Amino acid sequence: MDEFAALIDALIYTRSRNEKLRLIAEYLRATPDPDRGWALASLTNELDFPAVKSSTIRNLLKERIDPVLWTLSRDFVGDTAETASLLWETGQVGAKTDVTTSLSLDEVVGRLSAMTRGTVATELPKLLDALDVNGRYALLKLATGGMRVGVSSRLAKTAFAQAFEVSIDDVEEYWHGLEPPFPELFAWAAEGEDPPDIENLPTFRPFMLAHPLEETEVSLKDYAAEWKWDGIRVQLVRAGHEGEEQTKLYSRSGDDISATFPELLDALPINAVLDGELLVRGATQGGEEGGAASFNALQQRLGRKTVSKKMLREAPAFVRLYDVLILEGEDLRELVWEKRRKRLEGLMSHLPDSHFDLSALVEARDFEHLTEIRERSRDDAIEGLMLKRRDAPYVAGRRTGLWYKWKRDPLLVDCVLMYAQRGSGRRSSFFSDYTFGCWDGDPDEGADLLPVGKAYSGFTDAELKKLDRHVRSNTINRFGPVRETDKSLVFEVAFDSVHESKRHKSGLAMRFPRIHRIRWDKPVHEADRIEALRALIRD
Amino acid sequence: MSAPFSWIRPEPWGIHVVPADAWIDPGRPVGRALVTHGHADHARGGHGETIATPETLAIMALRYRTGVEDENGELPTRATPVEYGETIRLPGGVDATYIPAGHVLGSAQILLEHAGERIVCTGDYKRRADPTCPPFEVTPCDVFITEATFGLPLFTHPPIEEEMGKLLGRLEAHPDSCVLVGAYALGKAQRVIAELRAAGHTQPIYLHGAMEKMCRLYEEHGVELGELRLVSDHAKDAMRGHVVVCPPGALNDRWSRRLPDPITAMASGWMRVRQRARQRNVELPLVISDHADWGELTRTIEEVDAQETWITHGREDALLRWCQLHQRRARALALVGYEDEDD
Ligand SMILES: [Zn+2]
Ligand SMILES: [Zn+2]
Repeated sequence: MDEFAALIDALIYTRSRNEKLRLIAEYLRATPDPDRGWALASLTNELDFPAVKSSTIRNLLKERIDPVLWTLSRDFVGDTAETASLLWETGQVGAKTDVTTSLSLDEVVGRLSAMTRGTVATELPKLLDALDVNGRYALLKLATGGMRVGVSSRLAKTAFAQAFEVSIDDVEEYWHGLEPPFPELFAWAAEGEDPPDIENLPTFRPFMLAHPLEETEVSLKDYAAEWKWDGIRVQLVRAGHEGEEQTKLYSRSGDDISATFPELLDALPINAVLDGELLVRGATQGGEEGGAASFNALQQRLGRKTVSKKMLREAPAFVRLYDVLILEGEDLRELVWEKRRKRLEGLMSHLPDSHFDLSALVEARDFEHLTEIRERSRDDAIEGLMLKRRDAPYVAGRRTGLWYKWKRDPLLVDCVLMYAQRGSGRRSSFFSDYTFGCWDGDPDEGADLLPVGKAYSGFTDAELKKLDRHVRSNTINRFGPVRETDKSLVFEVAFDSVHESKRHKSGLAMRFPRIHRIRWDKPVHEADRIEALRALIRD
Repeated sequence: MSAPFSWIRPEPWGIHVVPADAWIDPGRPVGRALVTHGHADHARGGHGETIATPETLAIMALRYRTGVEDENGELPTRATPVEYGETIRLPGGVDATYIPAGHVLGSAQILLEHAGERIVCTGDYKRRADPTCPPFEVTPCDVFITEATFGLPLFTHPPIEEEMGKLLGRLEAHPDSCVLVGAYALGKAQRVIAELRAAGHTQPIYLHGAMEKMCRLYEEHGVELGELRLVSDHAKDAMRGHVVVCPPGALNDRWSRRLPDPITAMASGWMRVRQRARQRNVELPLVISDHADWGELTRTIEEVDAQETWITHGREDALLRWCQLHQRRARALALVGYEDEDD
């Protein structure tokens, strides 16, 4: 635990990305299993100890220190876990700790996992008593989640790859089939054993992503154009030996959303990994370019753990396919787009058209013609255009120059929810006014969010209820009527224009911002940066 | 007879000693000022007469030309030195005694006696040993006016040896870099250097130009700082593996580009709070303060055991609460102009 606490402490005070990578890699090399696996899981935010909440810590402290002094201290520090780590006085109340030797991280994780709401008030103090101030800080951050050390999940995985000189793409690939503390991953990378066997597991493969097309013009000789559909990007994976095949559906961030769309699980008749847009059929079915309902129809089905028969009947889901990554055991990702596209087209006749169709290419004489086509498109299910380099393999992440997304008006940016405030009148019991921000730099390198606007419209009553719940259960700070959230939710914000403004710290102000949609599926580090918003200034 | 302690009045810009028409640490020019120590939020220029320890007056002469003749050979401001333990009689029958506060060179508590009542104003103080100034002395009194810069229970300054160990350890681990320590130019910088010497560090220490005069002043008052060099006189490579000291404001300044791969450190009590350190881009926080921490503040209030404790200069609320919880009569003074020093 001491080494882990020292790592957390060092990361907090390190700004440089390379130095962070070095610190994590050094720790991973020097620390035995399973401690290093738990540390990696904490840095990638994959541990959850439901018994330990911020409120648990607050209550423990208020038993030990005058509540006024606690509040004054907490307000000064601005963080419950840190305040508690500083104020804790060892052995003050209750039973003495039963921890005698120095704790391993594995023991700490074991003890935290064993705590229940009934035992946490007696068990957590024993751990706190056994640790010094840095140890207590690391413990409380570990227990409540969100290390806040300016390390993204991606950065931690990159450090792992560097520590053992393996490829980051391989790490990403194996990652989703494995569970903390990742013994197979360390056995492979650190001990040179066989890689984790995921071939016959329906695991998530990292998506290839696009850059926004900004003031760039590309030649259609080099790039193919395709509609960008307004659904959710998914990966459908079927794998396994004959008779034992399993199928899973993953969202953009690699979350398993199979249970939400059960009708798709039986629809894929072959082992494959497919990339596409999940859409539902709805009232607007038909349409020249479409056949899909707008995103609002899809919203009805997102985030549900179980699905009613009625819903399956009224809003059936299907996947509009963009790409094929793996087909009957053959990895196609090394192939260029044109070849993959041929394979995908060839595959379509084997797939039931009740659940699959092919995202059509957009034929245009030249870029100007394409611009015209884009402006004419009126299908609600179209979000814009994708431009894909014809000779590019399928590579994980966002690589410069390979794929571009070209969104349709109105202006849209992806922002992160930062603060929420109670509404007025009918909405006074809901947190219905939202302040959101964009990244002031690269979030993977520890950039912060700066507020860029406020909105209180653009969502349905049902969504409002869900948002309200999100705010209440993800509050990290309260300032009077305002709640600060843990910045875990992305809004796609629509707005008419954006201008320079001295009133905001970001230097920008939006005109008529509204919530265009709530991106429950999108990881926050993929939200837009301030500079992307700045690029949309027109005057 | 008038109400108890009515001869001393806290006003927004200082504490008024009414019968003597003198002010303690006034925030604006006055006719007669009693100054506890040389920090800018206590010592200001332009008073008619400044009464302070000889060391504080030397600092004020350097910073504000207090007690120094102008170009016409005239003396616009007068300086009246009072040694530690010495008592000076002020007009109106007020006696003032200057007592060590342990804060910085020359820092003093001021004991005021009038009409059989004793009031101590601490200025800033700490209870830890400091090689650059004599230690705080507990002085019995009726009213104790204490500072509260670190008046929250979360502030515990670690032993300075630990922080020196961190600094020297980092230096040893990175022989090709330098460790750049941001430290308040008066007091903190010299204390850090003197503590480095006490920890056995004999290498030359490099200084930002703004530090030089104050270091020389300390040396003239008998504080040994070892070999000091100016950054501007030396090549980048010469500073590898060495300690460089600069004012906190220069830490993230263009100035630091002339240093070899500096590791940014900051010596301040605020470094106890991670977010504070991160805000300043500090890579190596050193929790070193010239102010009393929470334990020292509360222990001092108990040891002095005055009838009343007046609290000023910092986080009054929490210390006031502590006094209430411990059945001590206390009030918070709302003085303006005091800042959180980079202490
Ligand atoms: Zn001071
Ligand atoms: Zn002060």
